[in-house]
Amino acid sequence: MAGTAFQKIYTKLNQITKATCTVTATGVGYEELATVSGRLAQVVKIMGNSVTLQIFSGTEGIGTDAELVFFGKPPTLKVSDQLGGRFFNAYGDPIDGGPEIEGQEVEIGGPSVNPVRRKDPSELIATGIAGIDLNNTLVTGQKIPFFADPDQPYNQVMATVALRTKADKIILGGMGLSNDDYLYYKNTFESAGVIDKIISFVNTTDDPPVERLLVPNMALAAAEYFAIEKNESVLVLLTDVTLYCDALSIVSNRMDQIPSKDSMPGSLYSDLAKIYEKAVQFPEGGSITIIAVTTISGGDITHAIPDNTGYITEGQLYLRRDTDIGKVIIDPARSLSRLKTKVMGKRTRADHPQVMSASVRLNSDAVNAKTKMENGFDLSDYDERTLKFARDYAEQILAIDVNVDTDQMLDTTWALFQKYFTREEVAIKDEFMQLYWKKA
Amino acid sequence: MTKGIVTGIISNLVHVEVDGPVSQNEICYIDLHGVKLMAEVIKIAGNTAYTQVFESTRGLQPGCTVEFTERMLEVKLGPGMLSKNYDGLQDDLNKMDGLFLTRGEYTDPLDEHSVWHFTPLAKAGDAVQAGDWLGSVPENWINHKIMVPFKMEGQYSIKSIAAEGDFQITDTIAVLANAEGAEFPLNMIQYWPVKLPIRAYASKPRPFKMMETGVRTIDTLNPIAEGGTGFTPGPFGTGKTVLQHSISQNAEADLIIVAACGERANEVVELFVEFPELDDPRTGRKLMERTIIICNTSNMPVAAREASVYTAMSIAEYYRSMGLRVLLLADSTSRWAQALREMSNRMEELPGPDAFPMDLPAIISNFYSRAGYVFLNNGTPGSITFIGAVSPAGGNLKEPVTESTKKAARCFYSLSQERADSKRYPAVDPIDSYSKYLEYDEVKEYLDGNIAPGWVHDVLTAKDLLLRGKEAKDQINILGDDGVPLDYHSRFWKSELVDRIILVQDGFDPVDKSTPIKRQAYMLQLVLKICREELVFANYEELQPYYTRLINGLRQMNYQEFQNAKFKEYEAQLMAIVAERRAK
Ligand SMILES: Nc1ncnc2c1ncn2[C@@H]1O[C@H](COP(=O)(O)OP(=O)(O)OP(=O)(O)O)[C@@H](O)[C@H]1O
Ligand SMILES: [Mg+2]
Repeated sequence: MAGTAFQKIYTKLNQITKATCTVTATGVGYEELATVSGRLAQVVKIMGNSVTLQIFSGTEGIGTDAELVFFGKPPTLKVSDQLGGRFFNAYGDPIDGGPEIEGQEVEIGGPSVNPVRRKDPSELIATGIAGIDLNNTLVTGQKIPFFADPDQPYNQVMATVALRTKADKIILGGMGLSNDDYLYYKNTFESAGVIDKIISFVNTTDDPPVERLLVPNMALAAAEYFAIEKNESVLVLLTDVTLYCDALSIVSNRMDQIPSKDSMPGSLYSDLAKIYEKAVQFPEGGSITIIAVTTISGGDITHAIPDNTGYITEGQLYLRRDTDIGKVIIDPARSLSRLKTKVMGKRTRADHPQVMSASVRLNSDAVNAKTKMENGFDLSDYDERTLKFARDYAEQILAIDVNVDTDQMLDTTWALFQKYFTREEVAIKDEFMQLYWKKA
Repeated sequence: MTKGIVTGIISNLVHVEVDGPVSQNEICYIDLHGVKLMAEVIKIAGNTAYTQVFESTRGLQPGCTVEFTERMLEVKLGPGMLSKNYDGLQDDLNKMDGLFLTRGEYTDPLDEHSVWHFTPLAKAGDAVQAGDWLGSVPENWINHKIMVPFKMEGQYSIKSIAAEGDFQITDTIAVLANAEGAEFPLNMIQYWPVKLPIRAYASKPRPFKMMETGVRTIDTLNPIAEGGTGFTPGPFGTGKTVLQHSISQNAEADLIIVAACGERANEVVELFVEFPELDDPRTGRKLMERTIIICNTSNMPVAAREASVYTAMSIAEYYRSMGLRVLLLADSTSRWAQALREMSNRMEELPGPDAFPMDLPAIISNFYSRAGYVFLNNGTPGSITFIGAVSPAGGNLKEPVTESTKKAARCFYSLSQERADSKRYPAVDPIDSYSKYLEYDEVKEYLDGNIAPGWVHDVLTAKDLLLRGKEAKDQINILGDDGVPLDYHSRFWKSELVDRIILVQDGFDPVDKSTPIKRQAYMLQLVLKICREELVFANYEELQPYYTRLINGLRQMNYQEFQNAKFKEYEAQLMAIVAERRAK
């Protein structure tokens, strides 16, 4: 982001903290961008002529005589079709060696869509993963995170999901991505031969953490261009939002704000909502769907980050390593896509909702049986059967590497029902029993 | 008018140096290169006014000029509000042009040019005071009363009043005179500051009637009174919003006001789409005709979020003054409390627990106290029943918003994660939840008189069964299936009958989603009758398959239209199953 003419330049800083600096200046706008010794900064507080800026890459080595240049505008991104296939840093500057983007300059983090101009999301997103398509169907315009332990292969799962969907554009917002994971995404996208529909804004662990704060809004500004101007269905992948929140808490801490729960700023809910609520279905057909990763430590979902996220998003997906089959699955017991009812049985086969809830119920009976077994109680015949069912169900349906369409998932589930249970135990409406319960 | 100049900006907190008098909660407009940003004074120190801006402050600079209005944040009241979709500041969202909400765009809450058929209800010479009915206009299916503005203090006499005819809201429909002879021409519009309660009524008795919601776990087990208050705390995903939506569709109210406060836009869109299609089970008209939606979704500015609940409450009070039964639903009041916390932190106030402002309990209880059953000055009853959703941080009910609300609201519907996980919706915990109204003698009398003789006793019996079932279950879990007497298993399974048949309700099934109280009574009595039967089992293993059959039979009944042929067939089958094990 280069400066333009008529810039105001200052060379005397009054105060420097680890993430911010303060200067005496006039005519400066709130949220305006600046550079301090060439490092990008943004105005976060103005008191009279005392202006405080947050320096994205940190203040190490910044002197009181550093040159401070105001841009006279908030952060922006140039948007056009040229974005397709390109890799950018958090500031929207190319990092792939390619040319600068030409296009219309838009402010990032712009206003909200008027709710009456939205459309009720109703287009199904197929992924071939049963943990999603069968149990927790996703819908365009939805926002949903993976709650994952840091050691789970969430980036691989996200990439798989992204590539299997029919999205017109996939926009990756990488925050605190390890260099290896960044290269993994890059290679996966390139080798899938779909590079043109992928756009990436990446902050890696090599980059300063505060820069991450720009990433989601960069990705979403690009998404809005394609969803609104081109009526495209855009899938935005944000990983890892927990690292984004950590950056938020660094800044608010440096500004002496009173922390609330888990040292997070009191505004965490609003901060996250501003990002996630950019997910939208437009009546003209364009849409923005957000799939995010929120890493959680020790499975604690009462921590402020997953907790606030859960209150904002439309469900959550849990990854779990199923030790019985040695594969990663999307946990049917705790995962939930809240918008699934908008498409299940409507855009899919009519027996879908019933099959889904029966299988989830039988699977949770298996979980109970397992607990019983671990506590040393005897298992009933029914318990034994649920355990066998759960194992087959995980292996043939839930495992993340299974890639089949929803009808096939339903047929396989019916076959498993019939293999292990009676009609009464499955307890699905008669009309579907007659259609799918094969006569012996 | 007082003017000012911006001197400081921290997010949406803006310091303004003023050149004259300002008042707390006064509204001002900040001029940002010609765009006027609305803001509210929330603290005054010397000649600095601290204002919270209802918009993004991006680009704002010190030196921007500010104009004060001498008015507090007000709602504009008059016919034409029904079926509208407002933002938190009562802007009509449908009147805004762009795809995006534009800063500084404020739209008229009423329709200036629509024509209303006015019928006078008072005559020249009548003595009147604030809130008295001057006339009425039909608004959808409601008789919308045109009232003496609530702001007019003291006594007036009607100098003249319009004859029956068609008028626009800006036309003069009456002229009032005070004792000194000063004249006050009135049209159909009035304004009211949202933070103050409208008190134009004669008395506010204790609520004594029940308000049907169609939700069995509420109506049967812990009924809410008309004019009562309740709240639904629950971790994310436990069903607060689904519960509010189903109450809003089926509740026995004349008018529903839904305040979506800091929640998801897609949930509001669902209302926009569904309500114009869904039938009001009582009037047969479309639900939207009796609904007003106030929405400040979570991505809209936080100061307007705080305003949204007050806007909703003021509109509710306005319609209550017409003698209507208003149901106000707010989802979620925690977001409003968080908005208060954000501002309080920015102003560097001394924080209370969890960094919420110290006066949070007082703010919440003041708000809840605006609900209630009233007799208007002309003796007509009117009511506001209020149910708020609360989103406790980390699902922990020992946090300030839940605790403060518990002191203010009379019904407590606690949504439990465990029930939600096992898909027992609505996930209201039957043991922890309560309705204080069940202890009111006047309510008990009403229930026994209007639902069924001995009803309250039956309800307490059901609660007892649930509690004893839970205790039995705990023992079974500790001692194992065969480590407890057989009777423990019976107790557990009886509680399962009550739970799975009365409490569990399929919010998405066309029949089961709403149950009229007569049907609720029938089913409760049927379940209790079965629970009173002496059934014989040889060992505990016989109970599970047997009760599963009973539960299935009763559930089939729940899915049928009340008393239709299928319903009766299932009931007969059920009684046959009961007979199988009846003690000889
Ligand atoms: N009565 C019900 N019947 C069937 N499913 C339900 C019911 N109530 C809730 N659910 C399921 O739970 C999901 C979450 O419900 P809801 O949106 O009401 O939760 P919430 O408590 O409002 O969560 P949040 O605090 O995040 O807003 C729904 O999408 C639906 O799948
Ligand atoms: Mg909700």
